[in-house]
Amino acid sequence: MKVTMRVNGVERSADVEPRVMLVDFLRSNLALTGTHIGCDTTSCGACTVQVDGEPVKSCTVLAVQAEGREIKTVEGLATGATLAPIQVGFHEEHGLQCGFCTPGMMMVTSALLERNPNPTDDEIRWAISGNICRCTGYMNIVKAVQHAAQLQSRTPAMAGGGE
Amino acid sequence: MSSTAHMHGGIGESIKRKEDGRFLRGKGNYLDDFVLPNMLHMAILRSPYAHARIKSIDTKAASARPGVVAVVTGELMAQHKLAWMPTLSGDTQAVLATDKVRFQGQEVAAVIAETKYQAEDAVGLIEVDYDVLPAITSPDKAKAEGAALIRDDKDGQTDNHIFHWESGDQARTQAAFAKAHKVVRLHTFYPRCHPAPLETCGCIADVSPATGKATIYMTSQAPHAIRTVFALVTGLPEQNIRIISPDLGGGFGNKVPVYPGYVVATAASLLIGRPVKWIEDRNENLISTGFARDYHMTGDLAVDENGKMLALRVHLDSDNGAFFADAQPSKFKIGLFHIVTGSYDIPTAHVTSDGYYTNKAPGGVAYRCSFRVTEASYLIERLVTNAALELGIDQAEFRKQNFIQPEQFPYTSATGWVYDSGNYPKAMDVALDQLGYAELKKDVEARRKKGEVTGIGIASFTEVVGAGHGAEFDILGLRMFDSAELRVHPTGKAILRMGTKSQGQGHETTFAQIVAEELGIPANDVSVEEGDTDTAPYGLGTYASRSTPVAGAATAMVSRQLREKARKLAAHLLEADEEDLVWERGKFYVKGSPERFKTIQDAAFAAYTNLPEGMQPGLEGVHYYDPPNMTYPFGTYAVVVDIDKGTGQVKVKRMVAVDDCGTRINPMIVEGQIHGGLAEGYGIAFMELITFDDEGNCIGSNLMDYLIPGAWETPKFELGETTTPSPHHPLGAKGVGESPTVGSPAAYVNAVIDALSPYGITNIDMPVTSDKVWAALRSKGVTE
Repeated sequence: MKVTMRVNGVERSADVEPRVMLVDFLRSNLALTGTHIGCDTTSCGACTVQVDGEPVKSCTVLAVQAEGREIKTVEGLATGATLAPIQVGFHEEHGLQCGFCTPGMMMVTSALLERNPNPTDDEIRWAISGNICRCTGYMNIVKAVQHAAQLQSRTPAMAGGGE
Repeated sequence: MSSTAHMHGGIGESIKRKEDGRFLRGKGNYLDDFVLPNMLHMAILRSPYAHARIKSIDTKAASARPGVVAVVTGELMAQHKLAWMPTLSGDTQAVLATDKVRFQGQEVAAVIAETKYQAEDAVGLIEVDYDVLPAITSPDKAKAEGAALIRDDKDGQTDNHIFHWESGDQARTQAAFAKAHKVVRLHTFYPRCHPAPLETCGCIADVSPATGKATIYMTSQAPHAIRTVFALVTGLPEQNIRIISPDLGGGFGNKVPVYPGYVVATAASLLIGRPVKWIEDRNENLISTGFARDYHMTGDLAVDENGKMLALRVHLDSDNGAFFADAQPSKFKIGLFHIVTGSYDIPTAHVTSDGYYTNKAPGGVAYRCSFRVTEASYLIERLVTNAALELGIDQAEFRKQNFIQPEQFPYTSATGWVYDSGNYPKAMDVALDQLGYAELKKDVEARRKKGEVTGIGIASFTEVVGAGHGAEFDILGLRMFDSAELRVHPTGKAILRMGTKSQGQGHETTFAQIVAEELGIPANDVSVEEGDTDTAPYGLGTYASRSTPVAGAATAMVSRQLREKARKLAAHLLEADEEDLVWERGKFYVKGSPERFKTIQDAAFAAYTNLPEGMQPGLEGVHYYDPPNMTYPFGTYAVVVDIDKGTGQVKVKRMVAVDDCGTRINPMIVEGQIHGGLAEGYGIAFMELITFDDEGNCIGSNLMDYLIPGAWETPKFELGETTTPSPHHPLGAKGVGESPTVGSPAAYVNAVIDALSPYGITNIDMPVTSDKVWAALRSKGVTE
């Protein structure tokens, strides 16, 4: 069946089987491979994207459920060569190692900063508690999000990254 | 992009990572991101039973499904002599089962289809008729009278015993025990856990019918060794095999072995003539690929009346699963476990071990560990804390009394290891100081008087990493060296290729920094490539914390080799005698005339444009480094816990980790490695468990049952450091990735046991879950 949604600001549509997961639609139909699959059971968060601004684990959402929605993936964070504050934060604070969880982590935490521009460390940890990172021990991810929060508070126009 | 992009990036500089850009933009190149033209997808049918005879396999319905191109069974593989493959430990392993299944999740058949959904659909239609046999799920059951024979495929195998292996001096150890004032015993089970990298394993096999070239994209930590193994298994000429290990989403040991799926996908591509992709799902990853630990250990520590350690005696039963497929150097059946005397000057030791087949997944890998040193470190550090508690000596003091002293290095241990360097008392002092140990102990005493359950745990680990040297350490006969090839281009920019393979450790930055330091080319001008066997020099790969100790050394050596050629070029340009040139990072100047200099970039350009008579053009080189010894990182970790009496819940209040890994090339990356290892150590200590019921069903087969610490559970870490450079490594570096996973589980558990010691509780096996703590407290009448 035909499904249509806005992905990173661009309307995309395709014919898919009703059972196709959103993550497979993004990866296979749209070649947006920055969204990863780590578990298939909503446990690890590697597949997190934003649906209408809310972080959602796309491995357990059907593509057809995203009909008419606004989807944002990691590929939609930067504006051309300019990284979004959350990306700068992860780079500057060494918030990533293998990079596999990183897109999901950034989609969760950029959504967090949208609704809470000055989170505490515990609020950050709670926000990412559904996302597993096997490499960093989370210390630097928390710092990365704080770094991004500071950047955004200095330059409010950059908040939310490139749309 | 980076705030440190302008920096030179020499050793000791925390420059930001060069590899980050693509990952931050979602443009990493992980295996599943590759799509080849005409690519097919493979799904594997796995056994639901732990032990069963296969009576028949019916593939008709599966074959008839839309999109299905082929259904592969063990019978088909056997026609090509590929139903079995050799393991890294000299055993055999079924690729697709032909006779019996020997663990739940074993590969039985595979479907190759146009899409992954179609392949999965058809897998469910393969009908297998099984005759279920009794399952054996522990060494005790494996050695029991009348136990079912798991490996009836092996000529001469009459029971489930795999090996007996010993180290140390039995007679001397017995004599020391006979004279001991006290013997402290700890029996502990280091349970099965799993590296569970966030990216699972997989491959894309692309065998070209036109050229016969097999290009195999593979999640591999050791692509060169894999190429050789593939050549030996398949009979394909090695020059026609190209392994490409792209960006890896973590590895932690899980991506060292050859898995049956790789072999089946390659055979399928060869037979069909199209690329075949196989990506395992999380369930397959947890139930069938390389597990870790599963050691049943008994340690006896003999001490004299002054608290001096006299001797150590250890026996362990190793649960190896259905095939002996441990990834470890050939000579050592229990990996490097015999470094079990740890940081202590114990005059004599004796280690015995027996390995057993069980109906569990095969392939013991070192989950963020150098070949089983984790189990060794855990045993000795738990035993030492228990001994201190039993003797009534402070656990820090007891350690200090028995440490190998700084002046004793190089130190030969009771089981023959030659420790290169160390300063254990210093690392301990830094940790105790950072912790505020004296005050903290008073606080613990005071709070215990009020009925609170609180404790401090210490572990002073010694690691052994960076294998080889090659004469002693090999994988299937391949000496454990590593390599670096450095090509400096005319404009002074360089490409460095190595035989290792990063899985997140930041090689593209760290190894560029070694070139920046040794050859003076800024780190940003050096691109680092690994993982493609057609382009990178041969090396044994990344595991056992060996990249910096071995390939890092090779990088330093090749940089120095090119520097010497650059010196000749600079002398030619300056019309000076090369003896008169002084090297200052990035340039040569004439002694006494620092204004007369040529940069490394000048020398590089000259290598292609303006050479002295008789010199070969170019500025390129390769170095294969066979280290003279292992390196021995060490440290002291200290943990403070509070325990809720009512629920048994353990709260880690503090975790202080002091690491000495010798020279730190990029301190930011080193600290990131330590954070990650401490988190995985926390997971192992408190959460992560692969276990089995009596029928051999795997419990822990998905991330809802196999619990990995998230940000909420993971404690905050306080790091400290000391620096004792390795005397034999060209940069003094020792490797660090695994120290925190090796050292921290004992520190966490020691804190729990210290907290419970007033109630006479001396051990709880990992993972130390609330229910176990609560049951232990309840058994002592502490809680209801």
